[in-house]
This record gives sequence, C-alpha cells and structure tokens, in this order.
Amino acid sequence: MRRIGATPLLFGLGFLVLLAGLWRIDASPARIWEGLGKLGWLVALMWPPSPGGAFAELLQGLAESLAMAFLGTLLAALAALPLALLGAGNIVGSALLRFSARRLYDGLRGIDSLIWALIFVSAVGMGPFAGILALAVPDAGTLAKLFSEALEGADRRQVEAVRAAGAGRLLAVRIGLLPQVAPVMLAQVLYTLESNARSSTVLGLVGAGGIGLALSDRIRINNWDEAAFIVLMILVMVAAIDLASRTLRLRLIRP
Amino acid sequence: MGASAILAAEELWRAARARRRRGLVLGGTLLVAAVGASAWIGEVSLARLARGLPLAWDYIRRTLPDLAFATLGADLARWMWGFTDWVMLLGDTLLIAYVGTVLGGAVALLLSFPAAATLAPRWAVGPARRLLEFMRTVPTLVLALIFVYAFGLGPFAGMLAIAVHTAGALGKLFAEEHENAALGPVEAVRATGASWAAQMRFGVLPQSLPGVLSYGLLRFEINVREASVLGIVGAGGIGEELYLAVRQFEYQDISAILVLILATVAAIDLLCGRLRARVIGGRA
Repeated sequence: MRRIGATPLLFGLGFLVLLAGLWRIDASPARIWEGLGKLGWLVALMWPPSPGGAFAELLQGLAESLAMAFLGTLLAALAALPLALLGAGNIVGSALLRFSARRLYDGLRGIDSLIWALIFVSAVGMGPFAGILALAVPDAGTLAKLFSEALEGADRRQVEAVRAAGAGRLLAVRIGLLPQVAPVMLAQVLYTLESNARSSTVLGLVGAGGIGLALSDRIRINNWDEAAFIVLMILVMVAAIDLASRTLRLRLIRP
Repeated sequence: MGASAILAAEELWRAARARRRRGLVLGGTLLVAAVGASAWIGEVSLARLARGLPLAWDYIRRTLPDLAFATLGADLARWMWGFTDWVMLLGDTLLIAYVGTVLGGAVALLLSFPAAATLAPRWAVGPARRLLEFMRTVPTLVLALIFVYAFGLGPFAGMLAIAVHTAGALGKLFAEEHENAALGPVEAVRATGASWAAQMRFGVLPQSLPGVLSYGLLRFEINVREASVLGIVGAGGIGEELYLAVRQFEYQDISAILVLILATVAAIDLLCGRLRARVIGGRA
C-alpha cells in the first residue's frame, strides 16, 4: 500500500475543519437565503446616502479619527524606537534581554486595538484620548518588531568603520546604524499610519472617540442612509490618506 | 584649473546641503503643525497624558491576578475559573477566522485572475480591482455590524465580515502574485488551443500557488486577531465574554481572557510559520 503524503493529508484535514466550522457557526442555506434578502432590503434603504443634516458634526468626527490615527502612530513610533534597540541582536548582546524584549512585542501586538480601546476607556474615560492610547500600544509592539528586524538586516561594516574611527557604542548606533535603516523605518511608520486611519474609524464603537460612535448610533436607530453616508466618508478619507502616504513614502525612499 | 573644479564641486555640495536643510526645516514645521492640530482636535495635552498614563497603569495593575507560590494551583484555578467556557469560545473564534479565511480566499482567488493587469482582458481589470478595493476598505467591524443586523447575532455574521474583508485584501496580493508569473508556460498552454480559464489554471496557478498559500496563511494569523474582537458587536467568539468582563469591572477575568487570547494567537503564529516555511520551501 502506498503511503499518503503529508501535503494531501494537510489539505484533507483543512477541508474537514472547514465543514466542521460551517456546521458549528450554523451556516444553513435557509439562513443564508433569508439573510441575503434582508441585506438587499438594507442596501435599498441605504440609497441614497444622506448626511441627515449633521454634516459638520460628522466632519468633526472624521477629523477626530484622523487626529487619533496620527497621534497614535507618532506615539507608537516614539515608544518603538528604544524598544527596538533592546530587541536587535546586533546592538544588545544579552540573549535574555533580547528574548524578553521580543516577547514584549508579541504581547503588545497580539491584542487588537479595539480590546485596548475597551480597556483604556475604562481606565482613562471616554473620548479620543483613550483611542490614541489604544492605537499606540499594539502598534508600538508591531513597529518595534519591524524596526528591530530592519536594524538586524543593516550592514555591519559601516558600524565597524565608525567604531574604528574611535566612536563609542551609542555614537556608532547613531551614525553607523540609524541612517541605514531610517528610510525603512519611516516607510513602516507610514504604513502604520494608513492602517490606523482604518482602525481609528471603528474605535468609537466602544466609546474611544472618532466617527465610529456616530456610525454605530445611526445603525442602532436604523438610519441606514446616514450610515451609508458615513461609510462613504470613511472610504474617502482612507483613500486620501493612502494617496498622501504613498507620495510621501516614494519621496522618502528615493530622494 | 584643478582649483576651479574643486571650487565648483564645493559649490554643488553647498547647494545640495542648503536644499537638504530647507527640506528638513519645511518637513519639521509641517510635522509640528500637524501634531499641534491633532492634539487640539483629539483633546490631548502633555498634562492629560501625564495624568492618564498612571490611571491606565493602575488599571492594568488591578487586572493582574494575585498568584502566591505556596498556593499556586488553587490561585491559578481561581483565576482561570471559566477555563472550559473560554476555551470553547476561543475555538469558535478560531473557526470564524478559519472559515472566513478559506471562503474569502476562494473568492479572492476567483477575482484575482481578472484583476491581474498583465493577464486579463483590459475591460475586466478595472471593475475587478474596484470591487476588491471596496471590499478591503470597509472595516471588518462595520461589515460585522451590518451583517449582524441582516443575518442575526452569532458567529455566522462575524465569519461573513471576515470573509468579505479577506477577499478584498487577498485578491490584490494574489493578483500581484499572478502578474509576476513567467509568461512562457501561459503561451505554451495557449498554443495547445486552451481557453483563457485553462491558461490561468495550468499556466499561471502552478507558478503562483506557493505565494498564494503563503499570503493565505499570513492572513489567517491576522484574522485570528480580528475575530477575537467581533464579539463586541455580537458577532460571536471570545470578544463578547471579554466585553462583559470589562464592562462589569471583573478585573481578573480580563487578564485571564487576554492571556488565553495571547496564547492562542502565539500558537497560531507558530503553526502558520511552520506551514509557511513548508510552502515556500516547495517553491525553491
């Protein structure tokens, strides 16, 4: 008898899990059919999108989301830089310190910003401030991980050259290492900003400021045309941020 | 004559330095202005930050369980009192993420061929790309809110929200992977008189499959994290339990659930890393 290879076995297992999952989450055809009907009805209610006379208020919410995304990213980048230096193998010799720094990154970024938002709303009260902290904490972990990987990928010889000229360790990092990785780091910060522009629009669902509160309110009271308008506003803002960030990134990488 | 060349070079260097400085000053001013405007809109100040951070720290300290070494077993049992329930909910969360990733990935694969600019007819590329963009720009949580309304409370709505977002995100990456495929095999398949679909299936897909699987696994890791919060809007999984714990100030439950989520996420990352190494190893 021929042995079945590991790869088909993995795929077979994956398929079985898919079936079990569909059964467990109760995806019956009747339910899907009924839901699709209701979804079509919702889409009909959404047309035409209308601001419902609160355009200025919505714009303010959107600006708040944007401000949260910007400050959250900035805070995360500032916190990530020292954390990244601790976790980079070519800067810190101690394996124990490096290991704990890496687990810290994992712990910070393993929890979604919305959960952090829940926690910070309880801790510091409702409003955009909780949202900024909620965006900054997991991103500090992500950015620290990316930064430390970028630092480890940098060329050793430039550091050695600076050391050979008589500079101390700190100066060697500053002059030999950071200029090599700064463009990569900035690009990653900009990616994080794009991602946060998306995340910051939903933090309002748990009371952490931004446009999300207005959106969940409109859905709760069944004002679907206004909800659709808010979603469109979010799409426009996200597209604008993506465009700005891409332009900036190209300029930074190829000056 | 040598001196004049040196002088010209120095002049060029000075001009370059001046340009660089102007750029730095301009960029710095813009950054400071943006920070100021954001702080004003976001109602943040350094004083508020200094006041808020100890509060946040105090809150986190309160969630830490009191574990004594002498009574470690009993303390752990008290901390993890809802262990079986929570593990079941985490299992649901994983299933939501898994089914969402697979179904979304399947849709993404179907849409990625018309979205690949070098392979598809020109009229198909634009609409396919716009559709993918739309699917990945609407936040998962907003989709979940809408689907909860249409399909009722429960994990099905969450799965669907994840599937739609995944289809949009993966479709773009898959299309880029197809565009990188060598055209030789495609032409060879076409020379046998095969249809466009057969060209894609036998000419492109074998080349892009490792990349497709690798991106799929990466997306699964992301989706596990996203699925853990869907319960907040009633779309199933562990999020609902966590939401309750936070709202009712059950401090120790919060940390217990968070630790379980972290362990799950770490285990999934490890597993996916292994599988991905296997998949990419197949490419070489």
